[in-house]
Amino acid sequence: MADPVATRDVRVSPHGTAVTPGARVVQVQKSLMTHNDGVAAANRAAFEGCLVLNIVSSPGSGKTALLERSVRELAGDLRVAVVVGDLETDNDAIRIHAAGAPSVQIVTGTVCHLEAEMVARAVDQLDLAGLDVLVIENVGNLVCPASWDLGEDLRVTLLSTTEGEDKPLKYPRIFKDADAVVINKVDIAEAVGFDRERALDAVAKVSPGTPVFELSARTGEGMDAWLAFVRERLAAKRG
Amino acid sequence: MHEFGLVISMIDLAEEAARKEGADVIEAIHVEIGALSGVVPEALEFAFGGARAGTMAATARLEVTYLPAIAYCATCQSEFELDNRFGIAMCPTCDTPSADLRQGREMHVSHLEVA
Repeated sequence: MADPVATRDVRVSPHGTAVTPGARVVQVQKSLMTHNDGVAAANRAAFEGCLVLNIVSSPGSGKTALLERSVRELAGDLRVAVVVGDLETDNDAIRIHAAGAPSVQIVTGTVCHLEAEMVARAVDQLDLAGLDVLVIENVGNLVCPASWDLGEDLRVTLLSTTEGEDKPLKYPRIFKDADAVVINKVDIAEAVGFDRERALDAVAKVSPGTPVFELSARTGEGMDAWLAFVRERLAAKRG
Repeated sequence: MHEFGLVISMIDLAEEAARKEGADVIEAIHVEIGALSGVVPEALEFAFGGARAGTMAATARLEVTYLPAIAYCATCQSEFELDNRFGIAMCPTCDTPSADLRQGREMHVSHLEVA
């Protein structure tokens, strides 16, 4: 097992790579995310009045279906808008618009994730002052979106019963950084042989203490607890 | 595979710091990459090879330090290194999972060698 003293040394003195003798050294100590994090901080300031969710998942796990149903059920008393990222097409924005929320499609082309700047440009087309909830549907990808802060309040990682129970173990970072995990398609869990206990155990191992919502965006089962969570977090943000 | 974008940011940061020091050439860029950063070393090196042309780092070496993932156990009040590459932070002393990751997400330019 690792020696905690040794690992602490690594962190305090991280310059493990050799510097050529006699070379002139310039300290930088800056994150590669410096630019993105700056834009994300500006987004966060602009999002002061509304709750912002960043939804991440694999392609096909039901992000858009979850949003369509959430929009329909929240739209009675809350003003919701959606920013959708995809490599190509505006199909998802059209679906969400049909469900009753203003939506902006970001077509990323070949980029595998959303960055703070893309979101900043997209929300220019929305009336942020009039919003209660802004949902950012990230590009379907369990790897890359994990690294980019968009200025959201909550990162929600979605997993569906058709994907296999060990997804959290295979893609730990995106589950570790989640503020909530949604397990979608519980209506077909039995048919696809989904092992619920194993999935919950995997989430608890990678991301202990993170709330998990088991639901079906198609049938509506379990949606109440999820929507109550969103409302609760909105109320908490507004103090 | 977003390493190309990261490498562009890396070269931008390096050029900015080198210029501020009045340097003309970047001979090496030293970076720190956390075990849970999602950055693939080979992809980073490949991207760097393509992106450095025409910059102050056109002939620079890329030196990478990999930082292990370290979590904090609130029960034992101590830090421990994750014994797997999968982000599962189980305290080796009390076997409790930890959500408090103290190191492992880094993607930093630490220092440069310039001339």
